[in-house]
Amino acid sequence: MDYATILQILDSAVRLMTPLLLACLAGLYSERAGVFDIGLEGKMLMAAFSAAATAAVTGSVWLGLVAGILAAVGMSLIHGLAAITFRGNQLISGVAINFLASGLTVLLGQSWFALGGRTPSLEGAARFGSITLPGAETLRSIPVLGPFYAEVVSGHTALVYVAALLVPGTWWLLYRTRFGLRLRAVGENPASVDTAGVSVPRLRWAAVAICGMLTGLAGAYLATGLSAGFVKEMTAGRGYIALAALIFANWRPWRALGATFLFGLMEAVANRYPELDMGFVTIPSMVMSALPYLLTVIILAGFIGRATPPRAGGEPYVKER
Amino acid sequence: MALPGTQATAPPAIELRGISKAFGPVQANRDISLVVPAGTIHGIVGENGAGKSTLMSILYGFYRPDAGQILVGRRDAGITDSQSAIRAGIGMVFQHFKLVPNFTVVENVILGAEDGALLAPSVSRARKELRRLAAEYQLDVNPDAVVETLSVGHQQRVEILKALYRQADILILDEPTGVLTPAEADHLFRILKGLRDRGKTVILITHKLREIMEITDNTSVMRRGEMVATVPTRETSPEQLAELMVGRKVLLRVDKAQAAPGTPILELSGLRMVDRAGVERLRGIDLTVRAGEILGIAGVSGNGQTQLLDILGGYPEAGAQVTGTARLAGRTLPLSGTDARARRHAGIGNIPEDRQAEGLVMDFSAWENTVLGRHRDAGTALMDNDAIRSRAAAQMERFDVRPRDPELAAKNFSGGNQQKIVVAREIESRPILLLVGQPTRGVDIGAIEFIHRRLIELRDAGAAILLVSVELDEIMALSDRIAVMFDGCIMGERLPDATSAAELGLLMAGASPSGIPPEQGQPDPDEREPAKGVI
Ligand SMILES: Nc1ncnc2c1ncn2[C@@H]1O[C@H](COP(=O)(O)OP(=O)(O)OP(=O)(O)O)[C@@H](O)[C@H]1O
Ligand SMILES: [Mg+2]
Repeated sequence: MDYATILQILDSAVRLMTPLLLACLAGLYSERAGVFDIGLEGKMLMAAFSAAATAAVTGSVWLGLVAGILAAVGMSLIHGLAAITFRGNQLISGVAINFLASGLTVLLGQSWFALGGRTPSLEGAARFGSITLPGAETLRSIPVLGPFYAEVVSGHTALVYVAALLVPGTWWLLYRTRFGLRLRAVGENPASVDTAGVSVPRLRWAAVAICGMLTGLAGAYLATGLSAGFVKEMTAGRGYIALAALIFANWRPWRALGATFLFGLMEAVANRYPELDMGFVTIPSMVMSALPYLLTVIILAGFIGRATPPRAGGEPYVKER
Repeated sequence: MALPGTQATAPPAIELRGISKAFGPVQANRDISLVVPAGTIHGIVGENGAGKSTLMSILYGFYRPDAGQILVGRRDAGITDSQSAIRAGIGMVFQHFKLVPNFTVVENVILGAEDGALLAPSVSRARKELRRLAAEYQLDVNPDAVVETLSVGHQQRVEILKALYRQADILILDEPTGVLTPAEADHLFRILKGLRDRGKTVILITHKLREIMEITDNTSVMRRGEMVATVPTRETSPEQLAELMVGRKVLLRVDKAQAAPGTPILELSGLRMVDRAGVERLRGIDLTVRAGEILGIAGVSGNGQTQLLDILGGYPEAGAQVTGTARLAGRTLPLSGTDARARRHAGIGNIPEDRQAEGLVMDFSAWENTVLGRHRDAGTALMDNDAIRSRAAAQMERFDVRPRDPELAAKNFSGGNQQKIVVAREIESRPILLLVGQPTRGVDIGAIEFIHRRLIELRDAGAAILLVSVELDEIMALSDRIAVMFDGCIMGERLPDATSAAELGLLMAGASPSGIPPEQGQPDPDEREPAKGVI
């Protein structure tokens, strides 16, 4: 395997990582605040559809992005209403969101575009174009680092860089600001926040809204950055993979970057080598493309490391029985 | 409403007027009025479920009252949530702490009281302030320690520091000593006195009348959601307070006849237990409990008592190695098994140490709980629910469980009444051996008296009772013989009439008392002299 191939795989890993990272950070905000969110998948799907549909109709990827965010935030509000205001079961609400998105996207897609649930292919300004970072071409001649910069670091769409910046941003917000302190506290022991004179619902609503925005970015990126349009069930379990990555990352931002990169890398390798020839044995493509999902199962089953979820996660805050 | 004679010279720090609060069908507080003079320590006593915690939580803005007014320093404080209570200068240490376990002390202290959007300035100010408070009030804690690694006593200090950091002038403490060792409790009282000396007002909820007599200036008594009296503490007595609490005379001592021990029921020899981590928890226990006697096991908690009870109950910790022999009424009792059902069948009753985790299913109704562990006795797979219900109702009547509603879920009873449900179930199963762990932890004196009387009755009916308690007063009051446990060993056996708290304290601390006459033995610092006649 030569250096150029490695760079290609890494480049593709970064692209494939991005929706996972955005969704993973989305889940991080929500779950750190104590609201478990199994509905990442549905929100992403809904956002992907809205973004693609809007971009197809208006021809503007930015309007598509706004529509994607709005759609995901809208779904988040449903989850917030069920989980925070009505103190319902967060798992059930999340599953309902996934079903809702899965059905609604196809139904609306078919009735608006009559393409069997897809949206029309996007091109030009209706898609995110890649950004060449300054100096990418001039530095290319520097051995090893130059091509790495030009191939892997440069040349992605805006949302990839947004996602990358969100990692230190989230870390800073979580550990360096008042909002972060309160957010982490409300996921561990909401009564401590309440008795400190801070509103528990308000904090959780803020977290759920942020979660909506980030899944919006993730979905929009899928449909208008990574692909050129919406296809039925195009999230393909990425919401669940992001959840697995979140657990693997132990609900921390930098580790989320690492975990989602690992998943992205696996997908990239599987795409590049549908059948991996290991010399003595050839790994069939089925196994290769199942890799990220297998890893998800292994992580969710708790085989890797010890995850310590936010203590109050999944439980509505009820003061009076 | 201050009774005549209350120390009312100081202006009131707090005045409650006509506070009422209902949780669904439960009227937790009914038209309560209370005046707390500034610069005093004010005690609040009352039975389990009397509404003490509810009232204080209302004062702290945690619950909203259905009716009533809260005045702080003669002005309506407009307390609608904890934030407004904090602004009015009120701080509260809850019965169950409200700390974030994986945060450091500083983070817990500044939470909700940050100086700005960025943490760094708040943290450095908090550090300075914590150092000052530590010096002023003997409230030392490492500001960078993670709270969950601290002892309960230190966690409590963090709660007090939280209140002081918010410049509270009025500090409420809800049963602060229930979780403390005697030495920690003494330290806490020194802190509280220090606060009073600096003009702060302290409200202290406790079940221990000894503490009321020791530290408070005035005492209020609550009963079934109402405030029945407020009296200057030095004009009252534990007996009077107990009577006010319960509404009848309470015997603060247990009256019991001489025991008439019969044949050995439980004989343990060489009982050893090594837990999964390889730590030896029991190191060769030899014990005999006879029919018609109570063997009390004294000891600081964590010295193997829990393991002993679990093994005898038939549910030793997973992965534990148990060796030694046990005989129940002459027949060999296999020790290694995890078969609680067989133990019950053999006639062992069990009042476990943690009633909420082991004694009850909190979401089940009272009547369902009364049949747990006995649910196979009928021999059919179908339950005769009507029969169970009516038996439960009768049982609740006999054991004075309040409210007397078999349909109510266990979690909706107060701690003392939950315990009565467990005690009723176990005693009425007519065991030949009853295991009893911490029967009155967090339980009010009326219920303590009741539970103690029932245990004595069971003894007099010929049952053998193995009583484990960390309350030395309880051990002294109930036991016919006392064994002291330390570090997995029995340090010695004493007769209650022929020993002293000081001697038992020495044994509990692992000191061998041989050669030291009990009178000269220095009491362990962790051991307080029980006041005579006071529970
Ligand atoms: N959050 C709640 N929701 C419903 N009912 C409650 C709640 N808190 C307390 N209660 C009920 O209100 C009554 C008063 O409870 P409270 O906790 O104030 O009693 P307490 O005097 O503090 O008792 P204890 O000595 O056991 O702490 C009890 O019957 C209790 O079951
Ligand atoms: Mg209470």
